[in-house]
Amino acid sequence: MPKLSYLKALNRALGDEMTRDESVFVLGEDVNFALTNVTAGFLKKFGPDRVLEVPLTEQGFTNFATGAAMAGRRPVIEFQIPFLLLLVFEQITNQANKFLMMSGGQRSVPVTYLMPAAGWRAGWGAQHSDQPYSMFAHMGVKTVLPATPTDAYGLLTTAIRDDDPVVFFGPLAALTVREIVDYEDLRPIPLGSGRIHRSGTDVTVVALGHLVHEALQVAEDLAEEASVEVWDPRSVYPFDWAGLAESVSRTGRLVVFDDSNRSCGMGAEILATAVEEMHLTAPPKRVTRPDGAIVGAVPELDAVLQPTKEQLAEAIRTVLKSPGW
Amino acid sequence: MPDALGFYRTMRFIRRFEERAIELVRAGEIFSGIHPCIGQEAVAAGACGALDPDDIVLSSHRGHGHLLAKGCDPGRVLAEMAGRVTGIDKGRGGSFHPSDFSAGVYNSTGTVGHGAGIAAGIAWAAAKAGEPKVVLSFFGDGAVTQGALLEGFNLAGLWQLPVVYICENNRYATTLPVETAVAGTITGRGEAFGIPSSDVDGQDVEVVHAAVAEAVARARSGGGPSLLVMDTYRYHGHHTFEMLVRLRYREQAEIDAWKARDPLDIQAARIDPADRDRVDAAVEAELDEVVRFAVDSPRPDPADAMDHYYADGFRPRPGVSL
Ligand SMILES: Cc1ncc(C[n+]2csc(CCOP(=O)(O)OP(=O)(O)O)c2C)c(N)n1
Ligand SMILES: [Mg+2]
Repeated sequence: MPKLSYLKALNRALGDEMTRDESVFVLGEDVNFALTNVTAGFLKKFGPDRVLEVPLTEQGFTNFATGAAMAGRRPVIEFQIPFLLLLVFEQITNQANKFLMMSGGQRSVPVTYLMPAAGWRAGWGAQHSDQPYSMFAHMGVKTVLPATPTDAYGLLTTAIRDDDPVVFFGPLAALTVREIVDYEDLRPIPLGSGRIHRSGTDVTVVALGHLVHEALQVAEDLAEEASVEVWDPRSVYPFDWAGLAESVSRTGRLVVFDDSNRSCGMGAEILATAVEEMHLTAPPKRVTRPDGAIVGAVPELDAVLQPTKEQLAEAIRTVLKSPGW
Repeated sequence: MPDALGFYRTMRFIRRFEERAIELVRAGEIFSGIHPCIGQEAVAAGACGALDPDDIVLSSHRGHGHLLAKGCDPGRVLAEMAGRVTGIDKGRGGSFHPSDFSAGVYNSTGTVGHGAGIAAGIAWAAAKAGEPKVVLSFFGDGAVTQGALLEGFNLAGLWQLPVVYICENNRYATTLPVETAVAGTITGRGEAFGIPSSDVDGQDVEVVHAAVAEAVARARSGGGPSLLVMDTYRYHGHHTFEMLVRLRYREQAEIDAWKARDPLDIQAARIDPADRDRVDAAVEAELDEVVRFAVDSPRPDPADAMDHYYADGFRPRPGVSL
């Protein structure tokens, strides 16, 4: 069976949707030459009307996509760098995402914002290393963060077919992940459906994005000490609260492993909701980035600023040792 | 194309609609207040009069005139402003963000200048679908210092899209005079992107109509976008909140000078006074009905507050879980 990489999964999902639905088109910078490989082969296959090379005009082309969506198309915008999503934060959250409501349900804006390289870029500096998925969840924009090629395929497909704006974060550190798959098994994955990557009985680790893979290694490393469940929400908005509650109802203990900044990040929301609404037998913990930014330029500094496996192992031990509330 | 009397009627309707709306603001029926377009009626009537029913309008915060001139049901527009469920957006757009797809009004963005890129996207999609539609995108002089507007111009110029950009230069962005905000000229901004651009007398509806009709014809035949800068003036405050706070950013003499070129008077001089009286009376009678419809329409049910947030019916979590 073939090996599917994360990037190939994106290329395949987008290509399949463009083949299936004439109204889908992709726009972005350097899409003609497929700088990121997501649009590899598309110009030849779909032509310049459906592979739209745009100038460096992010607010302009994000609004443009909103207009095209109002007129019946399904644009997929490929963004090169996470901060570009901040440059168009207004256009996504205020123009596109509120439009259905403001129009009293007359017309939705089915745009997909595809960020296929989110998070730390070794050596590229502070400005290229953000991981802003929590901000979109905060603003109520549907936001997905798949960890594996199969989930990337399934959630990109769903994002494109969804009638609302959806932001897709592909974590840079997960792009090298490969999976042996049968192409026949690839299918859409509903938004707001979490996934248990590894079952356990002592503690639930909610891991997001590429941190799923690190959490799985930690769970394996700790296998002698504890039975760790690794649960991946896959979409941060909507969030599978019922799925998390189910896991926590079995384990009673919770650690969140989240690449967001600490203040107001997904980790904070997950802990708050679990404490308010779920039955935890001991205080939970989160492992996140620090408040604010990471340095981005120097591996030694960034290694201590990003959530690490060592921190996760430590947090799991602390939560397991806790005598309770 | 509307005849001389038709233009007068549209402008008279817009003016009296706005005046009735201001009464409803005072009466507390229009909770939000409004941005009245009184003084600028010729731009709305002349520009929208140059469109076909299938053409598309993107409006601004000062947009009631555009909606009425484009053919939206006036009762439902007023109901929208008054937050009633019979409004064109079920009361969820309000005076500020109305849209009415049945009349081709796609959007009224509150982010000044950001309709320009949206207009380009609509025009591109229509052109690629082989539909001979033209998009009119309205904005004020305050928008021309907004980068996103210029990005929209660039895309429209680059891809020769069927958009007519209409800048209503009413001399002020809230309290800020245009001379103190804009380097160079407004038409120069269009020209920089290869977009045919011109200044137009925005107080004469027939002049507005001729200029827009030419730009629409060019756009429809594949000739690309245009920028028309309408010299005009608003008589009232920026927003009805100015009825409460007296802001002295312009002289009465200036307001009077503009009123001496009132768009309704200019057009009235071209029609028979008896026709004018007849139209004025008919407008009043229609507006009585419009106001009654809006005021008598039901207010929304608070239980529906989270309707229409998402197309698939997904409902966000409420602010508290007890
Ligand atoms: C991008 C942006 N900046 C500021 C505002 C606040 N604001 C709303 S209307 C307005 C003035 C707009 O002036 P202009 O574009 O000339 O339109 P006019 O009100 O004169 O019709 C301002 C500053 C806004 N809504 N959007
Ligand atoms: Mg102005």
